[in-house]
This record gives sequence, C-alpha cells and structure tokens, in this order.
Amino acid sequence: MNTIASLRAELLRLWKWPVTWVITGVWLTLNVFFGYLLDYLSYRDAVGAGDRRLAGALLAQLSLERVPSTMVTGLPMFGSALVLILAALVTGSGFGWNTWRTVFTQGPGRLQALGGTLLALALVVVAFTVLTLLTDMTASSIVMAAEGQALVWPGLGAVAEGLGGALLIGGTWAAGGALIGILARSPGLSVGLGLVWVLIVENLLRGVAGLLGPLETVTDLLPGTAAGSLAGALGAAGAAEAGGAPGVFTVLSGGQSIALLALYLVAFVVAASLVLTRRDA
Amino acid sequence: MHEPIVASEELTKRYGRHTVVDAVSLTVRRGEIYGFLGPNGAGKTTTLRMLVGLVRPTRGSARVLGGRPGDPAVLRRVGALIEGPGFYPYLSGRDNLRVLARYRRLADADVEQALDQVDLSARGGDRYKSYSLGMKQRLGVAAALLGEPDLLILDEPTNGLDPSGMADMRDLIRKLAAQGRTVLLSSHLLGEVQQLCDRVGVIAGGRLLTESTVAELRGASSLLVRAEPALLAEQVIAATLGAVEVRRTADGGLEVHAEPDRNPELVRALVGAGVEVHEIRSVERTLEEAFFEMTDHAPREELAS
Repeated sequence: MNTIASLRAELLRLWKWPVTWVITGVWLTLNVFFGYLLDYLSYRDAVGAGDRRLAGALLAQLSLERVPSTMVTGLPMFGSALVLILAALVTGSGFGWNTWRTVFTQGPGRLQALGGTLLALALVVVAFTVLTLLTDMTASSIVMAAEGQALVWPGLGAVAEGLGGALLIGGTWAAGGALIGILARSPGLSVGLGLVWVLIVENLLRGVAGLLGPLETVTDLLPGTAAGSLAGALGAAGAAEAGGAPGVFTVLSGGQSIALLALYLVAFVVAASLVLTRRDA
Repeated sequence: MHEPIVASEELTKRYGRHTVVDAVSLTVRRGEIYGFLGPNGAGKTTTLRMLVGLVRPTRGSARVLGGRPGDPAVLRRVGALIEGPGFYPYLSGRDNLRVLARYRRLADADVEQALDQVDLSARGGDRYKSYSLGMKQRLGVAAALLGEPDLLILDEPTNGLDPSGMADMRDLIRKLAAQGRTVLLSSHLLGEVQQLCDRVGVIAGGRLLTESTVAELRGASSLLVRAEPALLAEQVIAATLGAVEVRRTADGGLEVHAEPDRNPELVRALVGAGVEVHEIRSVERTLEEAFFEMTDHAPREELAS
C-alpha cells in the first residue's frame, strides 16, 4: 500500500518535471533522425545514383514490417544512455535537493519509497517504448506512402517481441541509472559516471578485448553487450549493415541476452535497495 | 502533560573517531514546547535526525510516540523539518505538498489547510525555486503539518528569516502548541528558546549538559541593594530576611538571594534602621548567562540572543 502511495507521488512529480519530457523528446527525435530521416536521405541518394541494391535494402529497413527491430536499433547506444541519465537524475537529484530526506520523514519505509520511484521509472520506460513504437510506425507510414509502397503491418508477435526487448533494455539501464544516482548521491556525478560507462568504458573494453583473451569473456557479459545482442537478436542491424547502428551485436543469443539483462536488472534493484535502506540519510 | 512522547537513552553517534552526539538522554513530554538549545555544531541536528530515523545511532536507543524512530507508523504521527526544507525546485509549493500528501495518503484538502496555516495559500502556485528563504522555511513547516501530526520536530525553524519572519514563525509555533501539539524545537537562539519553550535541553560538544524548565535553568532571582552604610545594611538584611546569602558585588552593592516579593519589607526595614537606600531592584539571570555558565568553553560567536 505504501509502495502504491509512493508510486502516485513519484508519478506526479515526474509528470511535472521538464527533464522527463526533454529526455523523451530527445530520444524520439534522435530515433526518427537516425532511424528514418538519415536512412531515407541515404535511400534517395542511392536512388539518384542508380544503386538499386542499396536503395532496396534501405527501403526495406524503413518498412513498417521492420518497425519492431528499428525501434530497438538505437536503444543499446543512445537510448540506453538517455534512460540512464533520466534514472540517475531521478534518484541522484533527491540528494542534491534533499528531497529523499523530506520523503523519508513522511511515513513510507525507505524500501517502499524506492519501490515507488522504481515503479514510476518503469512506467516512464513503458511510455517511452510505446511512444517510440507509435512514432516509428508514423514515420515509416509516411515514408512508405511517399514512396508509393504498400503498408504491410508487422505481426503482433513481432511487435510484442520488439516492445518486450525495448522494455527489458530500457528497464535494465533505468535500474542501473537509479543505482548510480544512489551510490553517487549527486545528479551531476551520477550522470557523468553513467555516460562514461555506457559510451566509453564498455566500448574501450570491447576494443582491447581482442588483444586479451580473458577480457573478451568479460566484455561478452557486460550489460551493454547483452542489450546490443538482444537488439541484434530482434533483427536490428549492426553498424556494418545498411541502416544499422553502433552498439548492436550478435555476440549472445536472444535467450542469453534476456537472461543476462534480467540478472543485471535484479542485481541493480537489489543493490540500490540495500544501499538506500542501510545508509544514513 | 507529563507523559514522555520522546525519550532517548544514551543516544550516541560517531563518524569514524569523531563523536558527534555523546550519550544524549532527553525526554520530551506531551503538550510542551521543548527547546533543544546549543551552538552550531553541538549535535542538535544529528540528534533530531536519529529521532526521525534518518541516521542510525552508533549506540543507545530512542522511543518516539512509543515506537522506534523511523518506523512508518510513528512517522505518520510526526511532522519534521530537519536541516532546512528539501523540495523539488521545479514544482510549485502546492504541488510539492501534493507530492508529500500522496506519500502520506492524504487528500488535496489537507494541502490547502497546511498552506493556509503558514499563510502561503496566495503564493502556493508559484514555483518553489522562486520563493524567498522565509517562504521556503514556511513551506517546510507546512510539510511538517501535513496529516496533523501529534509531534512536530523543527530544526532551527527561524533560520534565515528576517526579524518579522522570525516573529511570525514564533507565533505560528505558539499557535500549534496551543492546539495541543508537542513541539521539539532546536535552536541556537537563546532569546527564541526563552520566549517559546516550556523546557530546555542544553547540548554542547555532543553532550546534553542539562534538561530543565527555563525558569530552573535561569536559577532563583536575587535582589540588588545599594545602600549606605553597607555594613549596617548587611546587618538589617540578615535580621529581616534571616539566613539568606548576601554577596558584595564589585561596585559595592549587595546581592541578596531572596525573592523579589520581599522587596517592600526590606525597604521598610532598611529605612527604619536609618540606612540610606540608593537602589533596590530584583535581578534575574538571563538564559544566556545561565547557558554560558554551563558551557564556558562554547564559542560565544556561534550563539545569538
């Protein structure tokens, strides 16, 4: 009951927080820009140059049928970074503004307060994912209509897989961001640390993993690898393919990626709960 | 009135080798305004944070409203403003309270009532970040009032307020106490504690030096007598008042440890004996004097009257 009360409180403040809307807007814009606009301009360029093979591949990438995979293409790289920033700000700013302290004196237990925050973040990720699906379908429909192509809708199963994959990737990075915010007790530091990890450390480790055998095993188990592999298993194109994106891999199978991401999600939530409930506020 | 609502036993907090709160045992009784007085850095805030469960004691224990500090059932009956207000800057004052009201499962009507009590209704729709320090402090008190708590724990509630804001805040605290609430108020302002509080706990260097009523802390009143000849005056005083302590002051006066209501009787006796009385008046120790007697090592600049 306290968790539901905490969830209602957190939803109110997240709904009215400009950061929530800015990050959602940035993600949707980047998603359309990299997922549709750039590919469409490349397609027009290929058509103009008479490269029918490339044009066909790019148009296929833009089709409605590919929406479930396109919506997860940008997630492992910048989508994850944005979700992590939002979550780190949600928990980290509570220390900067001393709002955690205010909340802890209002009656909910610390676990219930954190539970409300994490559930609110989960709902934001759900909204984020559904909006992405709707935006991508709209963008794809516009492209297909402009190019006189038939609107072939993806199957429900494929849509469900895409949504599920996006929720798991987004949820895991949200939990990771929430943990970093709690550990760092500062919004700036937590955002910085999170971005350094997602965008730099994981990529550097992957870069040198080829030189050190044991390191490759470690990099295969990183959360970014699992997120990228899940996107790859859902049909997202990697950086080497037409219309592909960095951060998409085929290192792990779909099942392995799901298991590993679920493990990280649980570990991040448990660690955040332990730290927040045991530390002085 | 005498039922303890907060009781701590040897409450201690150490950070590494530094003891911030050292074996503090205090008792706050139902219906009183209890002043927790001490200079900055004395351990007041850390003690209060332990009483609401924000900080775990290293040693000792406390009971608040019969329960464990930090217990959700206890916190629902406590309103606290600790270390200044902590709110979301992008939300209005009203929305900040609505968020907190949701945590407490209260209706929006409770928010309006709390805003009204601190006279912030008209500015409730403004963003918190646009508030003056005084308004922020009042919003903090409004948050503490949500749910009509039995116990209010207010940590330096007049901090940062201008003289008029301080007076308003004191009036509000008196009003809340008059409604039957118990108030535990920390302050480094001696005058504030003297004006507001029924009982006082004095803390310095992490240790609770004393706990008593303000009157007890200030000690008994005395009479200052300036009369000539002083020796004769001293004899008349002894004959009139009996075995009271009489002390010569540095400027030749006599400090007589007697209640002020003996004043007319003493004047009659002195004049009747031919003593020339230049001055006779009652002298009361201020809380400040009493405080510095107890904490002669406390840095004076950190305390204000």
